[in-house]
Order: sequence, then C-alpha cells, then structure tokens
Amino acid sequence: MSTGVVRPPLGRFAAQHLVARNYLVYRRDWVVFVTGFLEPLLYLLSIGLGIQQLVGDFVLADGSRVTYTEFVAPAMLAASAMNGSLFDATFGVFFKLKYEKVYDAVLATPLRPVDVAVGELVWSLLRAAVYAAAFVAFMAILGLTGSWWALLGPVAAVVIGYAFAGAGMALTTWMRSWQDFDFITLAVLPMFLFSATFFPLNRYPDGVQWLVQLTPLYHGVVLCRGLTTGALGVDLLVAVAYLVAMGSIGLAVSSRRLGTLLLR
Amino acid sequence: MTSSPGVPVTDAPNGLVWRQFDHWRVRWRRTWRGSAVTSFVLPILYLLAMGVGLGAYVDEGGGRESLGGVDYLDFIAPGLLATAVMQTAVGASTWPVMGAIKWDKTYFAMIASPLRTRDVLVGNLGFVAARLAMSAAVFWLVLWGFGVLVMPWAMLAVPVAIVVGMAHATPLFALSAWLERETGFMLVYRVGVVPMFLFSGAFFPISQLPGLVQWLAQALPLYHGVELIRGLTLGRPDLLADGAHVAYLLVWCVLGFVLADRAFARRLAG
Amino acid sequence: MGARPLGQTADRPDVADPPLDVLVHARGLRKSYGQLEAVRGIDVTVRRGEAFGFLGPNGAGKSSTMRMIAAVSTASDGSLRVLGMDPATDGPAIRARLGVCPQDDTLDSELTVRENLLVYGRFFGLSRAEVARRADELLAFVQLGDRAGARVEQLSGGLKRRLTVARSLINEPELLMLDEPTTGLDPQARHLLWDRLFRLKQQGTTLLLTTHYMDEAEQLCDRLVVIDEGVIVAEGSPAQLIRDHSSREVCELRFGVDDHDGVAARLAHLGERVEVLPDRLLVYAADGESVAQAVHDLGLTPRSTLVRRSTLEDVFLRLTGRSLAD
Repeated sequence: MSTGVVRPPLGRFAAQHLVARNYLVYRRDWVVFVTGFLEPLLYLLSIGLGIQQLVGDFVLADGSRVTYTEFVAPAMLAASAMNGSLFDATFGVFFKLKYEKVYDAVLATPLRPVDVAVGELVWSLLRAAVYAAAFVAFMAILGLTGSWWALLGPVAAVVIGYAFAGAGMALTTWMRSWQDFDFITLAVLPMFLFSATFFPLNRYPDGVQWLVQLTPLYHGVVLCRGLTTGALGVDLLVAVAYLVAMGSIGLAVSSRRLGTLLLR
Repeated sequence: MTSSPGVPVTDAPNGLVWRQFDHWRVRWRRTWRGSAVTSFVLPILYLLAMGVGLGAYVDEGGGRESLGGVDYLDFIAPGLLATAVMQTAVGASTWPVMGAIKWDKTYFAMIASPLRTRDVLVGNLGFVAARLAMSAAVFWLVLWGFGVLVMPWAMLAVPVAIVVGMAHATPLFALSAWLERETGFMLVYRVGVVPMFLFSGAFFPISQLPGLVQWLAQALPLYHGVELIRGLTLGRPDLLADGAHVAYLLVWCVLGFVLADRAFARRLAG
Repeated sequence: MGARPLGQTADRPDVADPPLDVLVHARGLRKSYGQLEAVRGIDVTVRRGEAFGFLGPNGAGKSSTMRMIAAVSTASDGSLRVLGMDPATDGPAIRARLGVCPQDDTLDSELTVRENLLVYGRFFGLSRAEVARRADELLAFVQLGDRAGARVEQLSGGLKRRLTVARSLINEPELLMLDEPTTGLDPQARHLLWDRLFRLKQQGTTLLLTTHYMDEAEQLCDRLVVIDEGVIVAEGSPAQLIRDHSSREVCELRFGVDDHDGVAARLAHLGERVEVLPDRLLVYAADGESVAQAVHDLGLTPRSTLVRRSTLEDVFLRLTGRSLAD
C-alpha cells in the first residue's frame, strides 16, 4: 500500500462500516438468523431425550454429580461458538473473497485490510454472543445451570469465537478451492468429538489426555463447563489466555494476508 | 472449420446420458481423494468417540436393555452409515446443483449440446450414486474393521445405503433447481437435515421420543434407512418390515425424480 | 414513427417445407413468460453461408429468440424450423449441428481450459481421440494454445469468451449462434474476436448473432433485422437499412442549452428530419457540411458541430424513436 495516500479521517473504528454492511445483508435474511438458534438447541434436546436415558450420571473433577445433559450442554455451547465463528470466517469469507468480490469494492474505499479483518471478526462475535445468550437462557429454563457464573456464558462464547474466527480467517486466505475446506472439517471434527465434549478427559490414556489438552476446543469446553456448573478453577484463566492468544495471532496473520491478496 | 456434419447425428436417446461420462469422470478425478479420505476418517472418528468412548458409559449405565440387548457401538454403527450417506447426498445435491444453474451455468452449456434436460439430470444423479457407492463402501470397510458386521446380511448394507442416499438426493435436486437463492439451503439444513440427523434413531431408539416427534421421524426417509441398515449389519433383517422400508425409500426416490425432472425442464428450458 | 412491424405484415409462405439452404425459418414466432410477452410474432429466414444479426436494445427479445432457435426453449406460438427440423421434437438432432456461444460463457470453472473442450465435445458423441484433436486445433485457432492447462477462473473476460467460441465450434457446427459476443470486452479483445468470426464466415460457417452494438453489426452481418419490444421493425443489409431509413449524412449539433426544442424548430427546414436527443440535435441530410454552413448562416453558434455518415444507430433511432444505448 502506498503510504503517501491521504486518508480522510474514518474514526478510530473503521471496521464498523463493514459490520454495518453485514448487518444490512443479514437483516434481509432474518430467517437464517432465527434458525441459527435451532441447531444447538436440537442437539441439546436429542441428548436430553436420547442419550441421557442410556447413560448414568457423571462425576466432575471436583466430585459433584451432574446429569449427562448438564455435562454435555456447556460443551455444546463451546462447540457451537466454534462452529458458528469458523463458518463465518472460513466459508463466509472465502465466498466474499472469491465470488462476491465484496472486499475488492471495500478496499477501493479508505478502509484497510485490517479493517476488513476486524469487521468480519466483530460481526461474527456479535452473533456468537447473541446465540450464546439464548442458549444459556434455554439451559437455565431446562434447569441445566448450576451457578450464577453461567451468566458469563456469552462472554466465554465470544472468547472462543475470537480464537476460532481469527485462526479460521487466517487459514482461509490460503484456500484455493472449496475442496481445501475438507481440511478444516478434518481438523474440526476430531476436536468436536474428543475435546472432553461427550465424555470426561479421564476416559483417555495419559498420553492422549495430554494431546487433548493442547486443542483449543478443549479449553473452550473447560471454560464453559466451569461457568455453567460453577466448578471454577485456575484452568479457566489458562483457557482464556490460550484462546485470546490464538485469536490475536490469527487476526494479525489474516490482516497481513488479506493485504497481500487484495492489494496487489 | 468445414461445414461437413461434424458429429454423429444422433444415436439411441439413451446414449445421451452416457455422453456425460467424461464430464463426471474429470470431476471425479479432481475430487475423489478428498471425499475418500473424508469417508474413511469420519466414520473412524465417530465410531471411536460415540461408539467406543461414549459407548462404554452406555453399556456400563445399563443402556443395553433399551437398545434391544446390543452394545452401543453395534447400535450406532449402522446409524452412522445411514446418516453419512444422507449427508453425502445432501452435499452433492444442493450447492453443486444450484451452482450449475446459477453461478457456473454449466447445465446451460450442457443443454446447448444434444443433451436434454432429463439427460443432464440423470447423468448428474448417476454421479451422485457413484459417490454414494464409494462413501458407503469405504464406510462399510471401516465398520468391518471395527468388527460390527454380521455376515452375510451385512453385505447388502452398501447397495441399500445407495438407495437411502438417493431417496434424499432426488428431492433435493428438485429443491435446488427450484430455489432462487442459496439461503434456502440454510433453512433446509437447519430445519430439515439437522433434526433428521439427530432424531432418526441413529443414536438412540425413536421410541424414547414424544409421539408426535416419532411420527415426524417416521415420515422422513432417514429413519427407514437407519432401521434397514441396522437390521442388515446386526444380521437380523425383518423381511416384511424391511420390504416396507425399501418401498417407502423408493417412493421418495421416484417422487423426487419426477419433481426434479419438472424443475430442471422449467428452470433450464422454460 | 411510421415503421410497421414487419413480422405482422409479411407474407406467410407455406412453412412446412422451406428450401434446403434455409437453416432457420421462423414465422409468427412468439414467446411469453407468464404475462410478459418477450417475442411478439417475428418472421426470420437465415440462409446457409450468411451472417445474420439481431440488432436491438437490451430486453428487445433477442435472447429469447436465440434460445428458441437453439432448441432450448419452446416457442409459445408460431412455427419454427431449424436445419429443416422442428425444435420441439428434434431438439437433440438440431443441437448436434449448432454451435452456441452464450453471453455469460457458462464455462466449467472447475476444469482447465483444455478440459472444457474435451468434456464438452463428448456431449456430442465424439470419440476421445477426435475431441482431443479438435481441442488442440481450436485452442490454436482462438490463440489459447499456451493456456491449455490453465484453470478457467484465471482467465480474463476476453480469453473466456474466446474459449467459449472455441467450445461452440467443437462439433464443427453448420450454424454458429453468438449472443452478444463482444459485450463487456475491451476494444483489443473485440477486434481479435471479430477477426476470428470473420475467418469462420469466410470458411462457410453460417453465423447468427445478437448485438446491441452498431459497429459489430456493420462489421459482421450481411443481413440483419432490427428488433424492438419483441417485433421486427426493419430488415436488410446494413447499407440497405441505412439507405432506406436514414439520410446519407448527419450533422450533429451541441448547443449546451436546454432549449433544444426551440432550436430544432428553427432548423427543421435544413434537412430531411431533425431528432432531438438529451445532449444534442441531429439534422439528417444528404450533405451535412451544407447544413453546418446553413446553421452558421442563421446566426446560431453551436458549441460543437460534427458531420458524419449515417449509421445503424440512426436507423434504430428513426424506427423506434429511442437510442440503442437505452
């Protein structure tokens, strides 16, 4: 980018304009927004009505007993925050980058690549927060929350979304075709299944436990489960630090990559 | 270019479908590795997590009785096969079909040649069937590796899985050719595919569900696929019930094809 | 506008058996989409070896007509024979002998340049060896030989259009149909494409094209019909149309005032006809220079004066009262 260009003052948060753009598009597709609440809810119901009837109660690390649905619900909260933000940051960004060519037009204005990256991220997190709030409310109605800390569920979802959206967007800038998204699926699915989501960490052999603890979703699950069950510990702070670091690195990489891709 | 007739004028109309062989062969060559790896890795992951990991809690927690006396792994293995072919069918019958109409417009190029809209539809469905066959076969091999197949009935699971997939593919072809905007897929996915995936008896018997939901699950094709394939992999098919399941799935296939045929004709050559 | 739609007044010879050298024979052809009548009864005859054009603004019904001739859309009414056959029943046999180059390319973006030709040729029942031979020949013809392995998405608009032309020739068609072949291309790409199409014409391929560009119609077409709001308003060679519907020359005057109508009244006697456009006045006359002189003698001082020969644009303006660019 030429440094000699005079920039009209855009305010400190230029990315808001991209957020506004996405809001405008989204408002027209309100059905999509509303049905977005449905998916995690359905998972929760199928676990409550289905699997919980087949398995007994679970014992948490601090010794408290919970039903299977109470155990899985926070993991669903974390996983849907991951899925939602990843979807926006990968498929969504790729579609806009390659097909709709939204960013080519955006970057012809005073907005910079970093504004685009931040704008997309903020947009995705706003939605994550709204969905998470609805999910936590639903958990409370079903009696699946064991602590007032559950009110922080949406914040946890935003932190998780930040981590995955940042990383996902960075990866997307290297994607060549839809085929490459198979790699994302192949990375996400094992995390979804094995990050202490459906059964506790102690079910694994020691070596595998160590591996699971390296994955970002594991930390997301720890964070959400700690908050909704009220079993708090230092591991929650570790989780937050891990996720924030992951998102920040991803964001830095993506704004740099978007710059090289779009401003050639 | 000379103006001599450059092509065989026409051959038997059925030959028109086969003329698309190279088209799909080239596409297959470009994509089969990805889908083969996915069809191989996904079942392993699901079986390990749900069948082995969660299964231990089910088996210890006394869930076997509700499952008709089988281990959870044996119970969900066929369910996972059925849901996997369903998902493959959904993937191959939504975005690519709309893309060939709306973005790439490859269907329009195809019908500018001697191909008719029905040839294009049949050719594309044939490709979907081939993909279903590959995914089902790979999945089947994984199940075999996990030792959850009871021979010889389990041999029939792959051809039956193709029918299960096609029962989802043909109506979705109709829908994709009919929809103007891709946001419709999001709805289909969230309101149709996800609930069907969760409540069709793949992960737990639908008898645990409230009556109305049970009834809904039975109206959709996936439940019948799950029941059919489970009977085969457990080695205890029920000829009468399974015949009804097959018949019901075929109704979906045929009805879907008729609708898709109409939608293709209307959208491509209206 | 004195023009009568030709399609509704022309004689209707027996449509059952057009002569052998007639490739397209349409009488009273109509197409409606629900309430909308896109084509409202047109008569067209295209003979072997000629380059025939549909000239008209966007939405005139050109593309609908082309789709019916290409046997991918059924006529709502009227009779249509293409290559002596009925598109309603012999679609595949007709399409086997047509080449179609649609406006939006419809290339397969997941395939390479050469694969697009290989795969497409197979739809015509050609053997793999034959398709491969023709693909290489055609890529050379449209000067894409060095891009054979490239993915379609990497091509510019001009290269994509050339590939589409190559693809439409894979079955060595008797009739090549081109829908707005150079719309959206830069001048250099247009000229290259025109050159290729001209060569095809010289080799005896019959061309049928739609365009809303005058220069394109004048460059390529032996004969054309002017089509507007679903009906044919004139027919002939470009030169003949200009002769019949316009004067030899035009004097274009820009006054930079809003009072064009008032000025036009004062100029009316200077030429055969005066047209008032939003930004200028057109005076039609055999000798444009003397009109310019006469304007000056009247004491009027236009900001600019241009004397030029009549074009198809003027024909269109005369026939429809609208300019083609609308």
